[in-house]
Amino acid sequence: MSDKKEVLICGEVKGEKITTITKELMTTGRKLCIDLNQPLSLLLIGQNIQEAANEAILLGADKVYTAEGASWVESFPEHYVSIIADICNQTGPSIILFSQTDMGRDIAPRLAARLGAGVCLDCIELAIDPDTKSLLQTKPVYGGNAMAVWASTNNKPQVITMRPRTAAQAEPDTSRKGEIVPVALDVNNSMIKGKLLETLQEDVKGIRLEEAKVIITGGGGIGGKEGFQLIKELAQILGGAVGISRVPCDEGWMPAGHEIGQTGHMVSPDLYIAVGISGAPQHLAGCSGSKCIIAINKDPEAHIFKEADFGIVGYYREVLPVLIEKCRNLLA
Amino acid sequence: MDIIVCVKKIPDPEIPPAKFKLDMESKRVIPPEGIPPVINPYDEQAVELALRLKDKYGGKITVLTIDNDADTSIVKHALAMGADEGIVLADKAFEGSDSFSTSHILSQAIQKVGNFDLVLCGRQAADWDEGLVGAIIAENLSLPLVTLAEAVDVVDGKLKVKRVTLDGYQIFAVPTPAVATVSNEVGQPRLPSGWGIISASRKQIPIWKAGDLDADPSQIGAKAVRRRLVKLFIPVREKKCEIIEGETTAEASVKLAERLRKAGVI
Ligand SMILES: Cc1cc2nc3c(=O)[nH]c(=O)nc-3n(C[C@H](O)[C@H](O)[C@H](O)COP(=O)(O)OP(=O)(O)OC[C@H]3O[C@@H](n4cnc5c(N)ncnc54)[C@H](O)[C@@H]3O)c2cc1C
Ligand SMILES: Nc1ncnc2c1ncn2[C@@H]1O[C@H](COP(=O)(O)O)[C@@H](O)[C@H]1O
Repeated sequence: MSDKKEVLICGEVKGEKITTITKELMTTGRKLCIDLNQPLSLLLIGQNIQEAANEAILLGADKVYTAEGASWVESFPEHYVSIIADICNQTGPSIILFSQTDMGRDIAPRLAARLGAGVCLDCIELAIDPDTKSLLQTKPVYGGNAMAVWASTNNKPQVITMRPRTAAQAEPDTSRKGEIVPVALDVNNSMIKGKLLETLQEDVKGIRLEEAKVIITGGGGIGGKEGFQLIKELAQILGGAVGISRVPCDEGWMPAGHEIGQTGHMVSPDLYIAVGISGAPQHLAGCSGSKCIIAINKDPEAHIFKEADFGIVGYYREVLPVLIEKCRNLLA
Repeated sequence: MDIIVCVKKIPDPEIPPAKFKLDMESKRVIPPEGIPPVINPYDEQAVELALRLKDKYGGKITVLTIDNDADTSIVKHALAMGADEGIVLADKAFEGSDSFSTSHILSQAIQKVGNFDLVLCGRQAADWDEGLVGAIIAENLSLPLVTLAEAVDVVDGKLKVKRVTLDGYQIFAVPTPAVATVSNEVGQPRLPSGWGIISASRKQIPIWKAGDLDADPSQIGAKAVRRRLVKLFIPVREKKCEIIEGETTAEASVKLAERLRKAGVI
């Protein structure tokens, strides 16, 4: 156990680079480190992670632990739990940060149970209570209808996942110095009983929702597969991506991979056009960070108008063709 | 295949946002009047997934719930869908439990039920949206875990579990017994049949108390919690929506495009 506690980020790497979501985590982690007067460490597990480790130092990590060998796309998740628990037992972090990603939401709860730690998933804000030094954790609850603020009550480490896009990405500073510490993996593989057989990353056609500047989302009001032609056409003209709410997903009007919301993608484009969407909190959870929200709904009382910047009360079949035509002209 | 499904009763998560009320003082959600609580939708989907496995491979489905009012309604709902047995866990000593205590109680109950190949939980309970209990049970019982399951099958004596990811899926092979948490991609749960409702209403539902379980008293109830709720509030939205009007919908649509262009949004 080291003499000084640290804030540990469990980072993610894609194509040998630190992911944008992990960069957000570094901003959150740095803020906590300042308040706690503790160093910031980052753990990278994977193959070919040296370049990412160097990048992490420029992004603000005082120390980067590199565990070469395992990889998320080849391992059973419990393998990761064991590796991270092992490192935590050696380094004794005060806070362990993940993003609320496929990996974070899977690993964090089991890791916390193994470490006897506290845990809170899907936080949108973290702060240190100046008096008690306990970690204050803000998280949406009841599908986004309410917010809860929790305080840690023990001196055990706190395991946290942060919702993406709740902090700005850390910016690199080439003058930063830090230490890279390779860690040996001596996880007892015989203890891990599951096996990953197959991973499929569906190639999302067109723009990834998370990166899209414009998203046009169709909901239950679209009424069927065929109505999505108009949504797609508007998306094409505005250079945007197509999203859906839960209803088209359940009804099979569009592939589930387009779903926006609590259980789907969390997006924050510059422009979000919600067509035939009622504005349930579980849906808004995925898009309320958008810069400008436009609602097109036949019902003037629809809750979506409470969240939108601009709205049209009307039937989408009357609105969209005109909107498409006008946008086409304006952008020609 | 014998399956245990953990189910939780929650306030209806699909009430209109205007009906959602809470008492900031006591940091509690006020149950909406006239709208009865429901089985957590993901748990209903977990029951559905269990029934699909039972349809294919036979076996027995046991549902467990911790409910301090000893309310049997959601257990009966699962029985009416086709589950075989239901047990309600209720005791004053369970009150104020957090995710760890809840998982401890459920883990002890699961062990008491005994023979099982698979434990299913929902991916999260749609009240507090924690998403913790299934994973903690797996750790407590040292069992393999697959989260966000969409489908389960049996291949060569092992479970083949499909996990939903943001941009696709993963497929895992795990030996039994195992734990899985269930996601909404499972699809529509079946409706209880008339006969199901009748036979469920006749079924005895045992109530297990703390003393019926081999639970560690220091790990349950309010004194065991690892975090404290300091504030519960409804976020205020400061947005004012500008409704674009026109003589006709078409005119409003044209105006909207022009507004967006002027505002530099498109
Ligand atoms: C635990 C849980 C998790 C959930 N997670 C998600 C999630 O991640 N994402 C998500 O989207 N939902 C989620 N939901 C579902 C959510 O609560 C709502 O049920 C869902 O978002 C409703 O979708 P909708 O608004 O598109 O459809 P509806 O509720 O059917 O609303 C349709 C809207 O379209 C309008 N409309 C109808 N016809 C027209 C027309 N011709 N022109 C214009 N407007 C029209 C109607 O006035 C209405 O407002 C979740 C629910 C639960 C319980
Ligand atoms: N009181 C409870 N009784 C039975 N099962 C529960 C209870 N609380 C949580 N669970 C199970 O654990 C899952 C995840 O809950 P949570 O971690 O609270 O979001 C739920 O979907 C249920 O399957």
